Amino acid sequence: MGVKKFIVGNFYDEEVLFPAVKKTRRAGYKIHDVFTPFPIHGLDKALGLRDTSLHTAGFIFGIAGTTTAVGFITWALTVDWQINFGGKPYFALPAWIPIAFELTVLFSAIGMVLTFCYLCQLAPFVKKDHFNPRSTDDTFVMAIECTSKTNEAEAISFLQSVGATDVQVMNKETGWWIGRYDKDTKTFEKKAAVAN
Amino acid sequence: MDGNKDYHQITEDICRPVEANPSKLWWIGFLISVVLLIFGIVSVVMEVTYGVGQWNLNKTIGWGWDITNFVWWVGIGHAGTLISAILLLFRQGWRTGVNRAAEAMTIFAVICAGQFPIWHMGRVWDAFFVMPYPNTRGPLWVNFNSPLLWDVFAISTYFTVSLLFWYSGLIPDLATLRDRAKAKWRKLFYGIVSFGWTGSTKHWQRHEALSLVLAGLSTPLVLSVHTIVSFDFATSVIPGWHTTIFPPYFVAGAIFSGFAMVQTLLLVTRKVLALEDYITIEHIEVMNKVIILTGSIVGIAYLTELFIAWYSASPYENFAFMENRVNIMSPYGWSYFIMMFCNVAAPQIFWSKKMRRNLTVTFFMSILVNVGMWFERFVIIVTSIYRDYLPSSWSTYYSPSLWEVGFYVGTFGLFFTCYFLFSKFFPVIAIAEIKHILKRSGDNYKEKMSGIEAESTMQFADEQLHGHH
Repeated sequence: MGVKKFIVGNFYDEEVLFPAVKKTRRAGYKIHDVFTPFPIHGLDKALGLRDTSLHTAGFIFGIAGTTTAVGFITWALTVDWQINFGGKPYFALPAWIPIAFELTVLFSAIGMVLTFCYLCQLAPFVKKDHFNPRSTDDTFVMAIECTSKTNEAEAISFLQSVGATDVQVMNKETGWWIGRYDKDTKTFEKKAAVAN
Repeated sequence: MDGNKDYHQITEDICRPVEANPSKLWWIGFLISVVLLIFGIVSVVMEVTYGVGQWNLNKTIGWGWDITNFVWWVGIGHAGTLISAILLLFRQGWRTGVNRAAEAMTIFAVICAGQFPIWHMGRVWDAFFVMPYPNTRGPLWVNFNSPLLWDVFAISTYFTVSLLFWYSGLIPDLATLRDRAKAKWRKLFYGIVSFGWTGSTKHWQRHEALSLVLAGLSTPLVLSVHTIVSFDFATSVIPGWHTTIFPPYFVAGAIFSGFAMVQTLLLVTRKVLALEDYITIEHIEVMNKVIILTGSIVGIAYLTELFIAWYSASPYENFAFMENRVNIMSPYGWSYFIMMFCNVAAPQIFWSKKMRRNLTVTFFMSILVNVGMWFERFVIIVTSIYRDYLPSSWSTYYSPSLWEVGFYVGTFGLFFTCYFLFSKFFPVIAIAEIKHILKRSGDNYKEKMSGIEAESTMQFADEQLHGHH
C-alpha cells in the first residue's frame, strides 16, 4: 500500500466510460480502479478483473453449518445424553432437518458477509483516501496509476481525449487506516514522515 | 419511476428527507410511538414482576393473545424478504423502489415478534436455557426434535440474515450520505456506519455477488421460517392444529399480511417524505395484485380445512371446525367470520383495476387485511384449544388483561419508533439500485425509446448489428 501518484479523470455517462476504459487499457496505461456510485454491469470484465470467488466461500461456510448442526446434534442426542422422546430412535435425522437447514443458511450468510468485509476492507471506523466524493453521487472516477515510465502531461491529454473531464494528478493513499471522517486523520505513512 | 431524473437528482431526492430537519408530522408520529413503547415496557415489567398470571391465560388457553401476536408479527416480516430476495431472483425491476423500506420493516417486525415467546417464558432471566450451551446440569441438551426449538433457530437465523442483507445493501447508500455530509456529527456518524466504502469496481462486483447469494439463501429461509412456525401447531395432536396444509397456508398468509403492512407504511412514507416519483402508483397496484392472489390462496386453505374436517370423519376435528368456528353462535364464532370477511371476501375488491389504483381504498384495505390476519391466528390458536377434551376444562370466557393488551400495543410502539428513526437517519429507498435501473425506467430515457419502437424489427436488428462499429 502506501501513497502513490495517480492521474484521475471523471466521467458522467456509461456510454463514454466503456470505450474510454477500453482505449486506456489498449494504450497501455495501468487503471488502478474505477469508482462508481452504483454497480455497472460489465465494467469488471472491461477492466479485466476476474470473477469473484465469494460464492465458493459461501458454499464452504454453508457446508460447515450443515456439518456443525448434524454432527453436534448426533453427538448430543445419541452419545452424550440419550433421551427417549416418545419411543422414537435416538438418531432422529428427519427431525433435525430444520435446524440443519437454518444453521447452513446462518453460517453461509455470516461467513460470506465477513469474507466480503475482509476482502473489501470494510469495517466501522475504517477510513480510506477517496479520489472524488462525488463518486458516490453521479460521477464515475477513473484513476490511472503513474509508474516511473508515465509521461504525466501525455496521460492527462490522453484521458481528456477519451472523454474525461477535470483531469488531475493526485497523490493518494491506497490502503486503509483507523480514522474518523469528521477529522483529517493522518495515514501511518504521513505520521512516520512527520516523526523523521 | 416517474419524472425526468438524472443520477444527481436521485441522490438529492432521496437524501433530502434524511438531511432536512424532521417535520412536525414526524415528531408527532415519533412521540406517539414512544408513548406506546413506554406503555409496552410498563406492561412487560408488570408481567416479569408478578409473573405470567398477569395475563388472563389459564390451563386450557395456554396460548392466547401472546402467541397470536407472535405469529402475526413474524408473518408481517415475510413481505420484506419476499420483495427483496424472491423478487430479485425473479428479476422484478419494480421491487427497487420499495425493497429498502420493506427490508427494514422485516427486521423491526421480527424484533417485535421475538418479544412474545421470550417474555412468555415467564422466568425470562432463564431465557438463555434455549441455547445449546455446555451447562452444569449434565450437560443437559435442549430437545432438538422439538418444533419450538426449531423456531428458536429459525427466528434467530431469519433475523440475523435479514439484518445482514439489509445492512450490506445500505453500506453504499450510507457512503453517499457520508460524502454529502456538511455537519460534523453527520460526517462522523455516516463515516462510521458506511464502513469506508469507496465504490471500487471490484467491491461492486463482490457486492453484487453477495446480494445475489444472500437473496438465494433468504428465499428458502423465508419459506422455512413460517413453515417452522406452522409446525409449532401442525406437529401437535390438537384438533384444528393437526393439519398438513399448515406450512403453505401459513406462508401464503404471511406474505398476504406482510404486503398489507408494506402498503400501510409506504402509502404514508411516500406522502410524508414526498417520494411519489419513486414509490409510484404502479408499485401500489402490483402489490395489490399480490394481496388478492395470496388472499385467495388463504381463502382456499380455509375452505380446504373445512372440507377435510368433514371428510376426515373425525368427530373431534369436525367439532373444532363446525362448532368452534363456523357456528357463528358459538362463543368465538364471530372471530371466524371477521377473519373470513377481512381476508377472503374484502380483498376481492382488487379485481377492479380502478380500486387497485385508489390510494384511499388501498390504505383502508391494508388495515383491514392486517386485522383479518390477526384474527386468523386468534381463530387458529384460541378456537382450537378453548374447548378442551373434557367439558369440565372448557374455558369460554378468555379476554385479555390490560397488560396483555399493553404488551401488544407496546410492540406497535417499538415497531413504529424503529421505523421513524430509520426513515429519519437512513435513506428509505435504495439509492444505488435506483440509479442502476434509471436508464431503463426513467421517463426521459423511456421517451428516447419511442423512436426505436417505431422502427421495424429488421431495421432495429440491422442497426444493432452494424450501427455500433
